[in-house]
Amino acid sequence: MQENSVGIVSPRVERFDEPLTFACGRRLPSYELIFETYGELNGDASNAILICHALSGHHHAAGYHSDNERKPGWWDACIGPGKPIDTRRFFVVSLNNLGGCHGSTGPTTENPESGQVFGPDFPQPQVDDWVDAQARLADRLGIHCWAAVVGGSLGGMQAMAWSLRYPDRLRHCVVIAAAMKLSAQNIAFNEIARRAIMSDPGFANGHYLRDGTQPTQGLALARMVGHITYLSDDAMASRFGRELQPSHPDDESSDAPQFQIESYLRYQGEQFSSVFDANTYVLMTRALDHFDLAAAYGGDAITAFSRSRCDYLVLSFSTDWRFSPARSREIVDALLAAERPVSYAEIEADEGHDAFLLPIPRYLAVLEAYMKRVDA
Amino acid sequence: MRQDLTHILRWIKSGASVLDLGCGNGEFLALIQKERHARVMGIEIDPDAITSAMGRGLNIIEQNLDHGLANFPSQSFDMVVMAHALQAVQYPDQVLEEMLRVGRECVVTFPNFGQWRSRVHLATRGRMPVSKFMPYNWYDTPNIHFCTVRDFETLCRQRGIRILGRDMIGGDEGGTSLARRWPNLFATTAIYHISR
Repeated sequence: MQENSVGIVSPRVERFDEPLTFACGRRLPSYELIFETYGELNGDASNAILICHALSGHHHAAGYHSDNERKPGWWDACIGPGKPIDTRRFFVVSLNNLGGCHGSTGPTTENPESGQVFGPDFPQPQVDDWVDAQARLADRLGIHCWAAVVGGSLGGMQAMAWSLRYPDRLRHCVVIAAAMKLSAQNIAFNEIARRAIMSDPGFANGHYLRDGTQPTQGLALARMVGHITYLSDDAMASRFGRELQPSHPDDESSDAPQFQIESYLRYQGEQFSSVFDANTYVLMTRALDHFDLAAAYGGDAITAFSRSRCDYLVLSFSTDWRFSPARSREIVDALLAAERPVSYAEIEADEGHDAFLLPIPRYLAVLEAYMKRVDA
Repeated sequence: MRQDLTHILRWIKSGASVLDLGCGNGEFLALIQKERHARVMGIEIDPDAITSAMGRGLNIIEQNLDHGLANFPSQSFDMVVMAHALQAVQYPDQVLEEMLRVGRECVVTFPNFGQWRSRVHLATRGRMPVSKFMPYNWYDTPNIHFCTVRDFETLCRQRGIRILGRDMIGGDEGGTSLARRWPNLFATTAIYHISR
């Protein structure tokens, strides 16, 4: 374990018995949220940071669950003592969103009204619904106002939604590699992922848990196509190029992977499909597709941001084509037009959209510099 | 702190909103914020400078001035400042026009190429001057649009830009008093307070 790790962490679960009505009109009578915290909440609860996760993320953002856990939490590069989100100064809260499959109420949990798992019947959440659930968690933890709400990708959308939905409940909003809404191309990729899952016979219209099947192949395919969009052309070229598998079969009609990139994608797909729930994947991509920051404000992002009361940091990565720097600049331009305090940096990085999870020196330096201000 | 920056401070009113084009590490913006309780923002392109400036708690936008200021609303700042960057941009006249659109007032500082040392250097050696103030060769300099005090004032006249005030720096104290009397010959740095 590294010296600057938050160390061994244990998730907590909070149960909420007040019903939550989603934007779609459907209602969760009660629910549970699983989350982790790192660092100590100060006396006036002014040092709390909320971390919002992306499409396939969860509550385990930093540290290790046990001594023999192979990899730390998904954002360990940025959270820990002496790291940009410094747990010696901040109290960090990271949760699994509703509809997730890592311990918060979602498609794999039992519907108390039917006694069966929710499966495909879990109500479709939108980003705003997640934010509402997060606000209730904040209440439960005694946090009236976050020092900052921070997120990358779909997490960045939640951070922006916070600044509009609860303008007085955050001082800073950190939006990394995100967009105000998806492009047709983004939605297209998500649709391929959903079709891959739904056309797998094991999907059984979403009732695979009830039927004892699994859409393993479909979910793996969905992850493979997603993974391509998270990497840049250059990153793939430098990591895999056209290298062949050491043991590639001579027979080109064989199903076995020939190139290393094939093997890598298959491995990623298999790994993912063994730990992730297909209904959750469908539901998360739907929430992503439907997010439109300005929709409730006549389609005008400037009007939307005029509601906000916080300071913003917007970050993008040069080779990210899933949420390109141009999408981040749209956010910045809308904030400038709304005359809101905003900082922006475009980080030179080869790794594509995935860069937001990686320890890229300039990225860490900029985030650390901004977080100093959050602490001030 | 560069001398031209302390001169600019005089023209910034308390509580003003200030945009600094090419704000570097934000030292000057931080001073304005502290001394004038101003709402400040900076534009910069150098990665390390951006990090330093953000570390001072300033709002900094990474943006190339050569791509314009179209994303800034008209008249959205009381003061737009550009110190020692005019000579380094692709289209100085367009940047000036944009500054005057975004800011109600502007301050521009630039090195005066008409200063006697440059003239003597060019006249006697027949080569582009390389000095302490301009330490680059002609082929690798970021300063691609040098001008003189007279050039600048001619441009202002042609474009209908009002000169609200000006000041000159001449290196040392004696140099500065000469520069104020004969700017185009003695000013190393020219400072202009302008508006539409």
